Amino acid sequence: MSARYSFLSLISNALNGQTGWRPAWRNAPPKPAYDVIIVGGGGHGLATAYYLAKEHGIRNVAVLEKGHIGSGNAGRNTTIIRSNYLLPGNEPFYEWSMKLWEGLEQDLNYNAMVSQRGIINLIHSDAQRDAYARRGNAMRLAGAGSELLDAETVRKMCPFLNFDNARFPIKGGLMQPRAGTARHDAVVWGYARAADRLGVDIIQNCEVTGFIRDKGAVVGVETTRGAIRGGKVALAVAGSTSRLTRHLDLRMPLESHVLQAFVSEGLKPLIPGVITFGMGHFYVSQSDKGGLVFGGDIDGYNSYAQRGNMPVVEDVLEGGMALMPMIGRLRLLRSWGGLVDMSMDGSPIIDVGPLPGLYLNTGWNYGGFKATPASGWCFAYTIAQDRAHDFNAAFRLDRFRSGHIIDEKGVGAQPNLH
Amino acid sequence: MRIPCPYCGSRDAHEFAYLGDATLTRPDPAASDAAEAFHAYAYLRENPEGAHREYWYHANGCRRWLVVTRNTRTHEILGVAFARPSTDEVPA
Amino acid sequence: MTRLSTGGLIDRSRTLSFTFDGVAYTGHPGDTLASALLANGVRLVGRSFKYHRPRGIFTCGSEEPNALVELRTGARKEPNTRATTVELFDGLVAQSQNRWPSLEHDALSVNQWLTPFLGAGFYYKTFMWPASFWEKVYEPTIRRAAGLGAASELVDPDTYEKAFAFCDVLVIGSGATGLAAALAAARSGARVILADEDFRLGGRLLTENVAIDGAPARDFVARAEAELSSLPNVRLMPRTTVFGAYDGSEYACVERVSDHVAVPAAFQPRQRLWRIIAKRAILATGAFDRPIVFPGNDRPGVMTAQALATYAQRFGVGAGANAAVFTNNDAGVAAALAAANAGLTLEAVIDVRDALPSPLAAKAKALGVRVITGGEVIATKGKRLSAITVRTKSGTQTLAVEALGISGGATPNLNLTCHLGGKPVYREDIAAFVPGAVPPGMSCAGAVAGQFSLSDCLNAGTEQGAAAAADAGFARAAAPAPKAEETPTGIRAFWQVKAKGDLAFVDLQNDVSAKDVGIAHKEGFRAVELLKRYTTMGMATDQGKNSNMAGLALMAELTGQGIAATGTTVFRPPYTPVALGVLAGHHREKDFRPTRPTPTHAWAEGQGAVFVETGFWLRAAYFPKPGEKDWLESVNREVKATRESVGVIDVSTFGKIDLQGPDVGTFLDRVYINMFSTLQVGKARYGVMLREDGLVMDDGTTARLADTHYVMTTTTANAGKVFQHLEFCLQVLWPELDVQLASISEQWAQIAVSGPRSREVLAKLVDGHDVSNAGLPFMGVAQTTVLGGIEARIFRLSFSGELGYEIAVPARQGERLMETIMEAGRPFGITPYGTETLGVLRIEKGHVSGSELNGQTTARDLGLGRMASTKKDYIGRVLSQRPAFQDPARPIFVGFKPVDKAQRLRAGAHLLTVGAQATTHNDEGYVTSVAYSPTLGHFIGLGFLKRGLERIGEQVRAYDPVRGSDILVEVCSPAFVDPEGEKQRV
Repeated sequence: MSARYSFLSLISNALNGQTGWRPAWRNAPPKPAYDVIIVGGGGHGLATAYYLAKEHGIRNVAVLEKGHIGSGNAGRNTTIIRSNYLLPGNEPFYEWSMKLWEGLEQDLNYNAMVSQRGIINLIHSDAQRDAYARRGNAMRLAGAGSELLDAETVRKMCPFLNFDNARFPIKGGLMQPRAGTARHDAVVWGYARAADRLGVDIIQNCEVTGFIRDKGAVVGVETTRGAIRGGKVALAVAGSTSRLTRHLDLRMPLESHVLQAFVSEGLKPLIPGVITFGMGHFYVSQSDKGGLVFGGDIDGYNSYAQRGNMPVVEDVLEGGMALMPMIGRLRLLRSWGGLVDMSMDGSPIIDVGPLPGLYLNTGWNYGGFKATPASGWCFAYTIAQDRAHDFNAAFRLDRFRSGHIIDEKGVGAQPNLH
Repeated sequence: MRIPCPYCGSRDAHEFAYLGDATLTRPDPAASDAAEAFHAYAYLRENPEGAHREYWYHANGCRRWLVVTRNTRTHEILGVAFARPSTDEVPA
Repeated sequence: MTRLSTGGLIDRSRTLSFTFDGVAYTGHPGDTLASALLANGVRLVGRSFKYHRPRGIFTCGSEEPNALVELRTGARKEPNTRATTVELFDGLVAQSQNRWPSLEHDALSVNQWLTPFLGAGFYYKTFMWPASFWEKVYEPTIRRAAGLGAASELVDPDTYEKAFAFCDVLVIGSGATGLAAALAAARSGARVILADEDFRLGGRLLTENVAIDGAPARDFVARAEAELSSLPNVRLMPRTTVFGAYDGSEYACVERVSDHVAVPAAFQPRQRLWRIIAKRAILATGAFDRPIVFPGNDRPGVMTAQALATYAQRFGVGAGANAAVFTNNDAGVAAALAAANAGLTLEAVIDVRDALPSPLAAKAKALGVRVITGGEVIATKGKRLSAITVRTKSGTQTLAVEALGISGGATPNLNLTCHLGGKPVYREDIAAFVPGAVPPGMSCAGAVAGQFSLSDCLNAGTEQGAAAAADAGFARAAAPAPKAEETPTGIRAFWQVKAKGDLAFVDLQNDVSAKDVGIAHKEGFRAVELLKRYTTMGMATDQGKNSNMAGLALMAELTGQGIAATGTTVFRPPYTPVALGVLAGHHREKDFRPTRPTPTHAWAEGQGAVFVETGFWLRAAYFPKPGEKDWLESVNREVKATRESVGVIDVSTFGKIDLQGPDVGTFLDRVYINMFSTLQVGKARYGVMLREDGLVMDDGTTARLADTHYVMTTTTANAGKVFQHLEFCLQVLWPELDVQLASISEQWAQIAVSGPRSREVLAKLVDGHDVSNAGLPFMGVAQTTVLGGIEARIFRLSFSGELGYEIAVPARQGERLMETIMEAGRPFGITPYGTETLGVLRIEKGHVSGSELNGQTTARDLGLGRMASTKKDYIGRVLSQRPAFQDPARPIFVGFKPVDKAQRLRAGAHLLTVGAQATTHNDEGYVTSVAYSPTLGHFIGLGFLKRGLERIGEQVRAYDPVRGSDILVEVCSPAFVDPEGEKQRV
């Protein structure tokens, strides 16, 4: 197991030529059986394993990853963390996530660069101000904190925004000062290392190809590295959920879509926190390395390709140049596409079932990163206790049947509009 | 991505609006299992990796609803037809 | 000065002035900024990202990792600009970046001494104590130190354009392969586009001492360019980078129209974004010369052998007073000899191999170049390179050189082949990754495909060009491939010199050294993607073009897996960094989205209206009069005038849909919750439509103009969505229905006249139509003429609750109608009003609008549940009956008034039971719409409250902490004014 990171470990390694470091997690071979098998070595799967071990004492746990850990959306997002949701089914969950972010680094002994530099959702009309006030008040009710800013305050904070020649003038903003960003890969590595220290087996290059069934119950998985039995089998595979549940003849309330994101060349500090445009698909922050990290809408068609097309690239930058025309001469360095699990109401599913022995964690849409700690925490609770915690009580799979949908945008059962 | 609209010809996908799975049929609202059938119709999706029949609407073109068969892994367009086939609507 | 005495594709007759870090220099047309700097002896041009080590010019192309500068000044400043791609122009201003206080003396170069602490991943292991220090201390320090250049923070003053192009064959790259391919395809008659990122066609042919068809290669380039230029089916696009391959054989390109001049010419964009749709594409992008990892391989003066040769041959520049070349392959040796041929003083060629192929050995001998075989460079010296140490079997020796060309072999420039998911494949024989699967319609030719010999390139280009044209339906032209001698392409795979000493860099810009690869290996970050993310290798602005190969080779050696099994990371768009502005084109600032003015926009402007954006529409919000102190005073006047006499508003923005055919009635019955087939001709009815999930999609009135002819109105916001939905229902769900739809939103201007005197105004407009209560009753529709023969539809509708009419005329008559209405209404003091007053009037009446139709509410929530017909099916019926939607505790539509009438209520407030704690759990609803009612003299609100209808008269808290408000309101009926609806029926 890896040693604790401290000033001392840094100094001793500086003196010994960096020879003292050991693997951050063991590359474990699969055992024949575990108490819990978690499919998916992304942030959510690894966090689930960590909290199962830490909070529930369940340490005989395997995390199966078809490639290397963090190779899915955990490493393909725009690193934003926030708890600025509207609906009561969502907001307490995301606020719990934010609280976990706030103590994450000390908990994991890993610097995930959680940086609470704030998020501002810009307001461009009176109706939007009222809608954001409703949201800001919902955040206050959940203890998340929010500030409704007038245009002058936004101008003082972000003088580089386009206030004077705008198609949709900035009339204010809703700010969550505690929101910000975290280093996405470090979150994966931190959870992996911490879970490993508690005895969790992280098994890479192990793709699940089917399920082992016993009288209707799920009792294990078939993998490219052989059959593995599990007392409980938990899926945390985001956009690949339908690929797996097909083996169980289950249709999910999900569509897999592509979400592109972008980063610019490195720049000296330019943008303080996270900014979102209220009249177009554009949001932006600046990484500690200096790159502007930005994104927009999903491409809008079913896709497993992990890449998108030009119209969205153009749409995003049109929003960018509408909002901050100072970026015209800066350059796009890299783009990427994530495979996102768009749910039919835009909100996630963390639930027991729908088959005995099976547990579901999916439907994160384009917003799974910020949820990572609470998703793992709640999923661990749900797996360990066989019931939802209050925080994920609304994220039931059967809500579509009952009508208890959680549709923040109000666009209905059309995933590409969420 | 380009969609070969049977009416307008090959056009950028940006001209079209997407709706999704075209294999679903609106259930009989009078059937005894209508509630369950509509739940499946409105919410449950096959979401395949590979060939996918899907609705696209040529919003900035001929306004026809199309059924496009497209590979969701490669984005290759495998086939296109009008959602409402009709011989008298193909231009001369 | 290190400009060689002769040679180079530069115009020595003309001199261009430029400055770097404030010092004035000169160069010539044909120079890049990099070649001009070298010609002036400027070798230190930048500082590295992490350790701030001095860095020079490393390459001669777009893959440059080191020589990044801030180009231009003021609003046109472009940080991180690669000096190697900047075409020199007169007056060019550049400065170094990421250094303080100066490039020569950079304070942060102390980081070099902290190197032992700053290994890969060090930041993940520290800065955690105490927790609060991250945002306050550590992070701001890191952020200031990180980053490369600084942005101008000023609005980009230049313009950008976008264009589409279509062709049969797109040739990407204009070296030997690309030119041969373009010629072969063009001669067959195919429409050819030849794009190259450079400002001059020719690629490597501009650098190499080779002959084609018996003449110098440069003559071939000139002849090919002349022929291609003369052909009408060819478009040559120099200065154009194909940066992305996308679905549908689409290639995204940036044409740098004006980057080679100080300021774009009048009406010229700075750059143009092209999306080229090519039936076939030929990738002829050649290969990069890659570095070798050895201690001190980053000093200014160390560059690729290809760059050394290019500066000498193409630009007539010696990269130093003298030079050596360190290589493991024939092309590296050939580059050294080409440089020597151009007049560079070459001290030695150091080759790791034990012998050179005899033709190269002979050429070296003829040029008098010393060859050290079996040699390795193990150390370098100088802030600017002054000496290298070479180790051979017989010992070490030091050579005093100012430049060192290194060549570890050729890395095919296959970036674009990966954009659709293709994975490169390793070939042991050439020690390089070559394209794996390529995008549909693309083929690779020449060096990018691992064909490194010139004759192979010419043959492959000719063959692929002809084949591509044939694929596109053109007969093959019968011209033979240009002839050239075989050039030697031998290589011995060699990645790293094993020697102690200074850091040996893998990724120059991000300061990733061989030691960091070792740390990543030790800590388990062995997969290439983890290696990249943990060390940041390959994440610099060259995106790993210089570093990936060596980095993964080092990891392969540590794991013992071999390079093929280790694999490579894949490339994603863009191939090289692209200006953000060009991706937006004209769609920026005010022109971000189109503006839709209403038919009476000009008239409203004349009336002094204040406008508001509603979607793309620009609508009058209110019409201030002189002396009014704020908008509220204007709105109160407008409301009062409308309620007491008559007001007028342009409502053309509502969606209008024409429906015709025998089955329209049936169709509408299925899309609305209420009945429309029973609607009488000449009448209108308010309707509500649901989505299939049972929630309200839209509302509006639909009128029956004739037995088989209806006209529907939608809300402004949902006009497009409803139309698309109706087309879906018709074409997909019920193709058997005989109905035709047309959007007529743009064709008709529609003006609402409201108030007790509106009938008198209307009477003056119509050409004799009976507008009495009997002749045109409430919800009646008249098709008639107004203003002496103008076709008109008059709907007796009321959003305001007053007697009211909406008059529709052809859009071009809208302004005339408005002016005539104003004239007719003058005796009654007719008052134009805007969206603000419209909102007050409807809130006073308790009508739902966009704030309530938010996609989260059912008809029942909105108090419209009783409208739903039980005699038929309609879209959304089944799912609207789900248990959650029938829950009596669901928030339901009610009105609110402040208990203290002087208090202001605001939309967005949440509703809490008096005495309950302010928590999510106790949240009972929210306020959607609020207005000051001049009719009642206090604020009023609409919203949704749990069990609201049972709580009329109860007091609840309207909790609005974001605006510092927390007041008591009384729950009431949403109809504040004329609840029985009598006024609209008179």
